[in-house]
Amino acid sequence: MERKEWPLWEIFVRSKNGLDHKHCGSVHATDARMALQVARDVYTRRQEGVSIWAVKASDIVASDPDAKPELFDPAEDKIYRHPTFYKLPDEVDHM
Amino acid sequence: MYTQALDIPGQQPKGKPDAVENAAYQAEFDARIDAGATIEAKDWMPEAYRKTLIRQISQHAHSEIVGMLPEGNWISRAPSLKRKAILLAKVQDEGGHGLYLYAAAETLGVSRDELTEALLSGKAKYSSIFNYPTLNWADVGVIGWLVDGAAIMNQIPLCKCSYGPYARAMVRVCKEESFHQRQGYDALLAMMGGTEAQREMVQDAVNRWWWPSLMMFGPHDADSPNSGQSMRWGIKRISNDDLRQKFVDATVPQAEVLGVTLPDPDLTWNEDRGHYDFGTIDWDEFWNVVNGHGQCNVDRLATRVKAWEDGAWVREAAIAHAEKQAAREKAAA
Ligand SMILES: [Fe+2]
Ligand SMILES: [Fe+2]
Repeated sequence: MERKEWPLWEIFVRSKNGLDHKHCGSVHATDARMALQVARDVYTRRQEGVSIWAVKASDIVASDPDAKPELFDPAEDKIYRHPTFYKLPDEVDHM
Repeated sequence: MYTQALDIPGQQPKGKPDAVENAAYQAEFDARIDAGATIEAKDWMPEAYRKTLIRQISQHAHSEIVGMLPEGNWISRAPSLKRKAILLAKVQDEGGHGLYLYAAAETLGVSRDELTEALLSGKAKYSSIFNYPTLNWADVGVIGWLVDGAAIMNQIPLCKCSYGPYARAMVRVCKEESFHQRQGYDALLAMMGGTEAQREMVQDAVNRWWWPSLMMFGPHDADSPNSGQSMRWGIKRISNDDLRQKFVDATVPQAEVLGVTLPDPDLTWNEDRGHYDFGTIDWDEFWNVVNGHGQCNVDRLATRVKAWEDGAWVREAAIAHAEKQAAREKAAA
């Protein structure tokens, strides 16, 4: 039997105002409205959220996990980017 | 991220790494597992690790879905509106658990349809416990107390499993399971405070569910040859026998408070071990049920197949509607 699977949507939920939307899982739905409806039932049965984002999984662009060294290692030796790199006199070190 | 579609546009899909590359990847993977690091969906992983996870997570998802049936049997016959609302919420949770877990399995490169197909064709297994019938209302309470209780024991260590999407799904599941166990125990407390006939119903249900609940932890460690590999991979953290012992130790005092007898004459506190000793599990019964000959195997599968077939027109209509809407919007733009 030839079957067409419903598209996959990634679901992000803001648990309360003041916090970021956070990825919590995915659902299958035919359109955006259904994705929100299904996400509500699957991921917020106990008031886990006040706002839901649904993003078509095929629209997400992500970095390549194999490119981790090129992308992220260069920051490793730039310790001067952290406040702890600077040793100030005791009287002002709480700065 | 729960998705297979995470490649950078225009990026060439990677071919199969050759043997040399594979060995290097394997060494890095082993080191990460040893360091207790989390493996994420798009990271390189050995094929056997991926296959083991797909099997375990999908079996787990199927169990949640089939697990809705024995209790669903009682939704329309719950003794009060309160119990009915509670049971509906509980069964809906189990459906949710199935969906979290299918989503986690899909990150490993299988489609939802393939997983569904495996369940409906009888190729995939689900927990043997759901092939027992729910004969009276006390069964619903006992399932919450013992079956969900055993599930919690099994599931808590999985929150720390090495595969990120599975671990995160399990954190969500475990948060909800405590309600399942407590509502079951609460329903039983109500019955134990009722008539003699009600107390007998509870005892009868406990008698039938106790041993199958112990079987939920799987074969003895000595008879479960794949456990070692799963431990090595950080998928399994505690052995079957250790989990079973923890469950028995936790449950005996609960049975005393409830006022029921666990149907095992060998159940005694062992001062030296600091644990309860218990009798011999009937593994013939376990394998019989696993291999399809339990009381409800045929019925459970038939129910799922019917639901899937009856829903076919809805799935097709929803897709057709979405495509028509999209075409209209395009034409109007
Ligand atoms: Fe569950
Ligand atoms: Fe549950």
